Amino acid sequence: MAPRSCALCLKAKSMLKRPKTGQQICRDCFFYVFETEVHNTIIHSKLFNPGDRVAIGASGGKDSTVLAYVMKTLNERYQYGLELFLLSIDEGITGYRDDSLETVKRNQEQYDMPLKILSYGELYGWTMDAIVSQVGRKNNCTFCGVFRRQALDRGAAMLNVDHIVTGHNADDIAETVLMNIMRGDIARLGRCTSICTQGEDTIRRSKPFKYAYEKEIVMYAYFKKLDYFSTECIYSPDAYRGHARAFLKDLEAARPSAIIDIIHSGEAFEIKEEIKATQKVQQTCQRCGYMSSNPLCKACTLLEGLERGMANSGITDRGRRKLDAEGPTPDNLRTIPFFRRPSGGYPAIAVELPS
Amino acid sequence: MSTISLRIEFGGGLELLFDNKRSYRIDVPSLVPKDNSTDAENLSTKETKPVDVDYLIHHMRDNMLKERVELFMEKDTVRPGILVLINDTDWELEGEGEYRLKDGDEVVFISTLHGG
Ligand SMILES: [Zn+2]
Ligand SMILES: [Zn+2]
Repeated sequence: MAPRSCALCLKAKSMLKRPKTGQQICRDCFFYVFETEVHNTIIHSKLFNPGDRVAIGASGGKDSTVLAYVMKTLNERYQYGLELFLLSIDEGITGYRDDSLETVKRNQEQYDMPLKILSYGELYGWTMDAIVSQVGRKNNCTFCGVFRRQALDRGAAMLNVDHIVTGHNADDIAETVLMNIMRGDIARLGRCTSICTQGEDTIRRSKPFKYAYEKEIVMYAYFKKLDYFSTECIYSPDAYRGHARAFLKDLEAARPSAIIDIIHSGEAFEIKEEIKATQKVQQTCQRCGYMSSNPLCKACTLLEGLERGMANSGITDRGRRKLDAEGPTPDNLRTIPFFRRPSGGYPAIAVELPS
Repeated sequence: MSTISLRIEFGGGLELLFDNKRSYRIDVPSLVPKDNSTDAENLSTKETKPVDVDYLIHHMRDNMLKERVELFMEKDTVRPGILVLINDTDWELEGEGEYRLKDGDEVVFISTLHGG
C-alpha cells in the first residue's frame, strides 16, 4: 500500500489509525489531537480550579505514566495553575511493586514533580507479601483493593491535595460498565461512568483519560518513548475482569467505536432514585476516622482479622460475627493512624523533592 | 533458499512471553507456504507467497514463543489488544497481516493488556 498522507495536516506520512474515528494521521498531529482531547475533557467537566493541588495516582504503568506527562504538558501549555504531585502506593509485593516504583522514581526526575510513596507496611503494618502468606491467594485482592483505596486517600491527605487524578482510560471504563451489567450491579453502573466522584467526606477523584483509548495511550507512550513498567501483578490477575477485557477487545476489533459506544450507553442508563438511595449513609470509622458506611471501616475490619490471626473473618458479615464471638477486640490491637482530611495550607508532611 | 532479515521488538510486557528479551534479529525465507505452515520440508509441493506479517506471526509462535500461545495469538493472527507497528507505523495502515515484508524491516509488538 502506498503511504497516505495525514488527514489533518495533509503533509506528513500518516503513522496511525485512530480507533475512535478511523482517521489516519501523522505523529505530530496525533500528539496534538490526543493532548487537546484530554484538555477538552478537563475543561468541559470543569475538573480543576487555578491553584488546586493535584496528586496523580502513579503506579509506574502506562496509563499513569502518560497521565503524568500529559498533565504536566497541559498545565504548562494552558496555564491551569495546578500544583502537581506524584502519589504512589507501595503494596509491598516483591518483584512487582518494587520494580514499578523504580519507574515512578525516574518519572519524578523526568517530570520534575514531588513524589510521595505510602506503603501498606507503614500504614497497616502488613505488606501484601505478608498478607498473602497469611490468607493465601483466594481473598488477597479484597485486602489489596480496600487497602489501596484508603491508602490513596491518606496519601492525598498527607500531601494536602484537593484532588486525585487516576489513569483510568476509556477501555477501563467500558469494561467496568460491562462488568456491572453482567453482574446486575445497577447502583455501581450508575456511578461508574462519572468522570469525577466526590462524596461528602472524600477527596475528589477524577479520570481525565475517560475518553482516551488504551491503544492511543500506548501509542503515545511509544512515540514519546516514555518510560513505563509493564507486568501483571504476581498475585492473581483479576479473572472476571480478564474475561470482560477479552470480550471488549473482540468487540473493538469488530468495531473500534464500541468502546466509546459502551461508555455512552452506560451514561445513558437512568438509575431510579430509590436505587441510588440504597447506598448506605456515610459515617466516620470509630477506630481510624476514615469515611465508612459502618461503625468500623472495611480496612479496620480486615486489619483486625489479620492481627487476630483470623484473616478471612473481615471478608463477610458471618466471619465478622465469628470474630466477635471469639471475644472483644483486644486493647493493644494494631490500628491505622487516625485519618484527618486536608484542611488547606501546606502539606502535613515533607515530600521528596526532585533533586 | 533466499532469506530476508528483520528486527523484532517487544514492549508492554509481551517480551515476557519471548524469553524476556525485548529485541531480536531474525531471518525468514523470502518465499513461504500460503498456508503459513512453518515446517519448510516440502515447500516445493506447496503453493507459496512472498513472506508477509501473517507468516511472521506463525514463525514467531513456532520458533520464538516460550510460553502461553493464547496470550500471543488468536485465530491465526495476534490477539486483540496487541499493537503491531511496521517501521514505526500502525500496521492497520500497512495492510496488517498482508503487509509484504522487506529486508531490514522492523516490526514492533506491544501488549496493551498489562496494568496501568
Ligand atoms: Zn499531520
Ligand atoms: Zn477504620
